[in-house]
Amino acid sequence: MGGVRVLVGTRKGAFVLTSDEERTKWDVAGPHFPGWEVYHVAGSSVDPDRLYASQSTGWFGQLIQRSDDGGATWEPVGKDFTYAGVPGTHQWYDGTPHPWEFARVWHLEPSLTDKDTVYAGVEDAALFRSTDGAQTWTEVRGLREHGSGSKWQPGAGGMCLHTIVQDPTNDQRLFVAISAAGVFRTEDGGATWEPINKGLLSDGIPSPAAEVGHCVHNLAMHPSRPDTLFMQKHWDVMRSDDGGDNWTEVSGNLPTDFGFPISVHAHEPETIYVVPILSDSHHFPPDGKLRVYRSRSGGTEWEALTNGLPQENCYVNVLRDAMAIDTLDNCGVYFGTTGGQVYASPDSGDSWAPIVHDLPAVLSVEVQTLA
Amino acid sequence: MIRVTLPAHLRQLAHCEKEVQVEAEATQRAVLDALEARYPVLRGTIRDTGTGRRRAFVRFFACEEDVSHDEPDAPLPEAVATGREPFMVIGAMAGG
Repeated sequence: MGGVRVLVGTRKGAFVLTSDEERTKWDVAGPHFPGWEVYHVAGSSVDPDRLYASQSTGWFGQLIQRSDDGGATWEPVGKDFTYAGVPGTHQWYDGTPHPWEFARVWHLEPSLTDKDTVYAGVEDAALFRSTDGAQTWTEVRGLREHGSGSKWQPGAGGMCLHTIVQDPTNDQRLFVAISAAGVFRTEDGGATWEPINKGLLSDGIPSPAAEVGHCVHNLAMHPSRPDTLFMQKHWDVMRSDDGGDNWTEVSGNLPTDFGFPISVHAHEPETIYVVPILSDSHHFPPDGKLRVYRSRSGGTEWEALTNGLPQENCYVNVLRDAMAIDTLDNCGVYFGTTGGQVYASPDSGDSWAPIVHDLPAVLSVEVQTLA
Repeated sequence: MIRVTLPAHLRQLAHCEKEVQVEAEATQRAVLDALEARYPVLRGTIRDTGTGRRRAFVRFFACEEDVSHDEPDAPLPEAVATGREPFMVIGAMAGG
């Protein structure tokens, strides 16, 4: 019997939540790596029992853990993220040059075709790739060295490469997003890259045509439409229908277009989800109401989803990697909050219930649909 | 034999008790080299892998003294060398 496995990274460890297809009763396992920050846990679609986790603290640095039994047991693997060549400098907050320094792995993206190949997005922003199950890592240096790197500047959370999107129809094509640089695309497996930020407008950037400097928070793609990308930017929800060459705003009637995650329905390529947050200075939902917004038209027209979510006195945040979608026939939507709740909807967002409500602050949520 | 105490996060990684013993010359570098040889998972958690320098929020104590800023090849106190006192690896208090 199939079901789902929800992988949760938190400020103080990782948790694995499992359920059958009904998604009403849950088993909770964890914390794994208690006391450590787990920025991300991700599973291979080739072998769902193969999981990768990013484990770190400011005290003792970065580790990568790997599981081959769906998260029951873990093994520390490679953690050497040495930049290729002479790393050079990027811009610091005050505009001065600052040397590239590795801080942590924000995001792990297992390959769609090989369980031993996995990408890592790191801070200071760079893309690494492993082809041996995360034992060794090599920087995909063409990204950092493509030309605009010296102009990249950290966002408030650091200069992180936080989003990696693979084109399921073309393994040479990859999209990444960096705060606060923008979106970049490769068409040749990572050898060469170009910034694709045309149409993004960001307050504080003098030129609307600026090649980089945009605070992109998250990207999403439906696998059946690899040329359509959805973006939650710092402010603005955007879409592109030409593989990122041009972006248009689809914030429409959202109560605020600031937010972090964005996701696409598993079976409806024009149904998308965001969690509006009041502003970049507040980092909590408007009016104390936790509302997921769904658009069934690819943006612009949005409806609030509130059934089962707290509608008063709620002041949590939902971070960029903390929303996920399963692929069961009745599509499930999941998200985690900085207040330690993980909510699940087994019906595309129509109704919600907490799976857990007292975890450490949730940094990331992924879901695996199990056969 | 040199006694080394480790903070909880590192004991969790190494699957070891709070105090371990290593056979090494009584210097920071030799003790940490021996510790990492015995527990490879600790490489990079106490000292930066590339530079070999102590991580910013890690401290070393011996005989109630902070020896974090001592040279890595300086002799550790005799009480540590003889095993009467441990060489302590500490996660620094940080963040309030």
